[in-house]
Amino acid sequence: MHALANPARFLRLARPVTTWLLLIGLVLAVAGMAAGLTLTPPDYLQGETVRILYIHVPSAWLGMAGWLGIAAASLSQLVWRHPLAAVGGRAVAPAGATFAAVCLVTGSIWGRPTWGTWWEWDGRLTSMLVLFFLYLGYIALASAERERGGEGRIAAIYGLVGAVNLPIIHYSVLWWRTLHQGESIGLTGSTIDNSILWPLPLTMIGFTCLFGAAVLMRMRAELAEAKVEARMRRMGAA
Amino acid sequence: MNPWPFVIGAYLVAIVLTATLLVWSFTSMRRAEAAADSIRRK
Repeated sequence: MHALANPARFLRLARPVTTWLLLIGLVLAVAGMAAGLTLTPPDYLQGETVRILYIHVPSAWLGMAGWLGIAAASLSQLVWRHPLAAVGGRAVAPAGATFAAVCLVTGSIWGRPTWGTWWEWDGRLTSMLVLFFLYLGYIALASAERERGGEGRIAAIYGLVGAVNLPIIHYSVLWWRTLHQGESIGLTGSTIDNSILWPLPLTMIGFTCLFGAAVLMRMRAELAEAKVEARMRRMGAA
Repeated sequence: MNPWPFVIGAYLVAIVLTATLLVWSFTSMRRAEAAADSIRRK
């Protein structure tokens, strides 16, 4: 982590990695979605609607992983004062908010034919909606702090406190009665048959690479903007 | 109930939102890096 504290060193690494993440992400995400739409059999209970799995699960994972990234960046900023931590946190937020929104909308679309309703105020859906609003709050707070020339400490504290919502999302299907199904994919295995499951790793890795590419592009944009601002200040002072 | 409109709708939402995120990130990066390059050359 500290090896990347130098922005010039970080940019030397980020430029080729961005391109590779974009290319690999596009290939895997398109292949996984095409396979999920055409090559897998319908589920015995849910029928064709099970195909929404291949986009809903990666977006749920990335919505939550994004906030985990914000929490890690916040901790790194508050404890070690890592110079790129605030930039990283601000770069993760739009990508995390986008995938949290994709998760909410695709889940709602999946719910209508499966549960008979677009929305239910139960633990899993509500805590995911709270995560989306937390992202919007973080984006507003971090950009306001940056405009005022702050170090981003308030946004970092908010990022750490918001992480409390992550275990609530994860365990909501166990803690409360909910329409949402329980955990079907764990670290040790899955209750989903392999004939349906196999395209999921493709979309999981593909969308994760695209998420990473979006974050690196936002970080590069912020670092370039900071460079322009610093040069303008020096020119104004001269 | 025909499931395909729901399936296609969900995929469209995912593709459009992801593409919007990537295009916005890419254009803002290109614009910022071009501005940084031009100011460095001055």
